[in-house]
Amino acid sequence: MKTPEEIIEILQNRFTDEEWILESGQSGLPWIRVPANKIKEVSKILRDDAEFRFDTLMCLSGLHYSAEQELGVAYHLHSTSLKHSLALKVRVPEEKPEIPSVESIWKTADWHEREAWDMVGVQFTDHPDLRRILCPDDWEGYPLRKDYVPQEFYHGVPTGEKTVSEQND
Amino acid sequence: MIEAITDSGERREMTINMGPQHPSTHGVLRLELVLDGEVVKHVKPHIGYLHRCFEKYAEQMDDYAKVIPYTDRMDYVSAMNQEHGYVLAVERMLELEVPERVEYIRVIMAELQRIASHLLGIGAFGLDLGAFTPFLYLFIEREKILDIFEKASGARLLYNYMAVAGLMRDVHPEFKDEVADFVKTFRPKIKELDDLLSYNKIFVRRTANIGVLPVKVALNYAASGPVLRGSGFKWDLRKNDPYSIYDRFDFDIPVGSGEMGSLGDCWDRYIVRVKEMEQSLRIIEQALDGMPDEGDVMAAIPKRIRPKEGELYVRTESPRGELGYYIVSDKSASPFRVKARAPSFVHLSMLPAISKGALIADIVAIVGSIDIVLGEVDR
Repeated sequence: MKTPEEIIEILQNRFTDEEWILESGQSGLPWIRVPANKIKEVSKILRDDAEFRFDTLMCLSGLHYSAEQELGVAYHLHSTSLKHSLALKVRVPEEKPEIPSVESIWKTADWHEREAWDMVGVQFTDHPDLRRILCPDDWEGYPLRKDYVPQEFYHGVPTGEKTVSEQND
Repeated sequence: MIEAITDSGERREMTINMGPQHPSTHGVLRLELVLDGEVVKHVKPHIGYLHRCFEKYAEQMDDYAKVIPYTDRMDYVSAMNQEHGYVLAVERMLELEVPERVEYIRVIMAELQRIASHLLGIGAFGLDLGAFTPFLYLFIEREKILDIFEKASGARLLYNYMAVAGLMRDVHPEFKDEVADFVKTFRPKIKELDDLLSYNKIFVRRTANIGVLPVKVALNYAASGPVLRGSGFKWDLRKNDPYSIYDRFDFDIPVGSGEMGSLGDCWDRYIVRVKEMEQSLRIIEQALDGMPDEGDVMAAIPKRIRPKEGELYVRTESPRGELGYYIVSDKSASPFRVKARAPSFVHLSMLPAISKGALIADIVAIVGSIDIVLGEVDR
């Protein structure tokens, strides 16, 4: 069992050219910030190395940081054999939101990444089947972006969005 | 879409849709099946028909507490467990103490709900495979649980009963007696279910050796709950990552053993659910004994919920598996981000991996055995 502090120290020794920081808020749990181009490599080490053994990816979530104009992806890992957990976070600029896919490492990332693409528009490179998953294929925009404006019509059918805003007025 | 088929080559294959409106897809799920005769070459699930973007609604609420009714509507057959996970996450964020009586009532509710949910899951599974009678018997029992919930919360399906650090209202005075009565009458029914369905020859033939999920694949897909345990992996968050007061109770984790066929087949996943109901009864009995009779369940509910900046991922054992909430706070009154990690979503994504080479009728068994609720898949 390893704490995030110990894990970051090991990563620091492995990747000396990168500066690894453990970020945290004032409440909740800390996470490790990972550069987008390193995520696949780091994930593979975290899964396979005897001291980590993160065999499951519990959750993968897309985020939109509208103030910084960035998109983020949070990875929550757990090791069923060593019983430790870890959170990773990748942040990329809105105009080029490309993150390598970890689908080949944890299969569960397949649908989770499709959801993050569908909801906030993160592009996962090397994903075998990056399609929308919850919204229709030809839906416009990414619903979980903070500046999202729903379309009023879908194939000529009112989506009801206008009526809702009128009711609120 | 039906294509002309010939005897040879690529053209032998036929692509058909199962669903979105199909009684055995347990809701609105569309499966695109590529078939060679009866044999399924490939399955492609299409989801999203029930998508309401719960996560967007959550961000637009001006109070963390207002999200609770929305969580009910995810897995609508185990609403208590959905609420439990969410309030737990908010409590951890705020570092709140929860009164003893509240914890006990929550555990009793969560375990009753687990039984109710398994009764539906098992009943519908039998129904899919042509066993109509068990479904009706199981619904008699489920009804009794819903009656208890109705008396406590006023609702039969979507309760909005748990609150942050409390409950919406106290339970009715006869609550303890009614639950104890249910436990007593329900226990022999599990045996009845075994006679009627579990070891029924036709049922076993339809489920054993079908949809085998090896444990390695299950972990790589982050499977959880009865699906992972069916593959023989002893893993239950109530024991492995205890939350609430589950560390106080004595219960076992039933796992599949390949008793009727191969380890991790549909029958194993099914029997795990049956055995889990017995364990839930044990937890309920212990919780009834330990539950304090006095205590205000509403006193600790905070008037204003404003977590400090930060984020966390909290997971609980829902009847279907690991239900996780990833909550990000930016200090304001509404959550910056709420992501629900639904077990059904993860389990459904495994369907292509475990149904290659199965027959069409087996697909029905496999979908039934992973026990999905589309409200939770699509959120």
